Amino acid sequence: MTFPQCTHLHYQCLQLNGEVDLHNSPQVRKQLLNILKKNQSVLVDFSELSYIDSSGIATLVEAFNIAKNKELTLTIVAASGAPLQVLELTHLDKVFTLVNSMADIKE
Amino acid sequence: MTVASSIIEVNNLVSHYGDRQILKNVDFSVEQGEIRVIMGGSGSGKSTLLNHLLALLSPTSGTINVDNIDITSANRKTLTALRQKMGVAFQGGALFSSMTVGENIKLPLKHHTKLDDNTIDIMARLKLELMNLSGFEDLMPSELSGGMLKRAGLARAVIMDPKILFFDEPSAGLDPVTSVELDELILKLRDAMNMTIVVVTHELESAFKIADKITVLFDGEVAITGTVDEIKNSTDVRIQNLINRRPREENVDAEKYMQRLTTGRN
Repeated sequence: MTFPQCTHLHYQCLQLNGEVDLHNSPQVRKQLLNILKKNQSVLVDFSELSYIDSSGIATLVEAFNIAKNKELTLTIVAASGAPLQVLELTHLDKVFTLVNSMADIKE
Repeated sequence: MTVASSIIEVNNLVSHYGDRQILKNVDFSVEQGEIRVIMGGSGSGKSTLLNHLLALLSPTSGTINVDNIDITSANRKTLTALRQKMGVAFQGGALFSSMTVGENIKLPLKHHTKLDDNTIDIMARLKLELMNLSGFEDLMPSELSGGMLKRAGLARAVIMDPKILFFDEPSAGLDPVTSVELDELILKLRDAMNMTIVVVTHELESAFKIADKITVLFDGEVAITGTVDEIKNSTDVRIQNLINRRPREENVDAEKYMQRLTTGRN
């Protein structure tokens, strides 16, 4: 299953939905790495995400690092509930850029 | 396969080692997302119950359902699939001594998943960070202290984000600060990952801090299952002895005692 993508300003957004776990995190990785390969900054939309496991988090860490090295950005949008708690547990809320909604994204 | 409302459901479990009966009609059920502590003195059957929950022992009679699977009759393939959803942290860490800490922690992922090596490396480091073991990845288990081994064992137990985590004696042998940190970590794991956690422990303070419910075993029987307050307010003298650390009353049956001394039989 492919996760929906859209364009917002100059960003490419990736909409995660349902659960991201061992089975579909390789797909998330593939899509994120593809976007970054095209030198586009990424918005990862968490608004429809109910659960993300460590493989999903590890994928975000890898993508965030690639983005940083390319002077691109990776921003997490609308994280709440369990996914936000996982980010807090791993202290990644202090590392990633988190915004409340798409409306907070400026050019 | 039976459908149970609880994630762990044990009914009338009877268990023997040879002729010796260890568990007597144990009923035990745990809800999804619950932290359950199993307490009891040495020889009360705590570890035996844990080994049954892991399907490492076969019961004499009774049923054990874990995540809606009857593990007493499940085939190997079903058990293997179930075990991928269960994490176990053993007392001494139980790491492979010939592998580095990092290799030990990554083992379940390398064995059971097709994840990219980059993902696996980061996952392992995330768990090491969580256990305050960052930078210890390339050391051998023999180079770690007891507390570190325990935390490394816990890192491996949670590497697959298990649905159920079994933890045997988390605090034993740890300094008070590390022990408190481990308790906090157990609470956080439950909250962030919605893990169901079953902890076997002797440590009262730790049990009272983390448990939603406590099951106390005495001589292979469930003496009580209740909330922390229910345990503290229990009028059962054995429970009060356990809480107040009073030694057990010795009831001497003269005839049986003589028989044991002279024949070696119970």
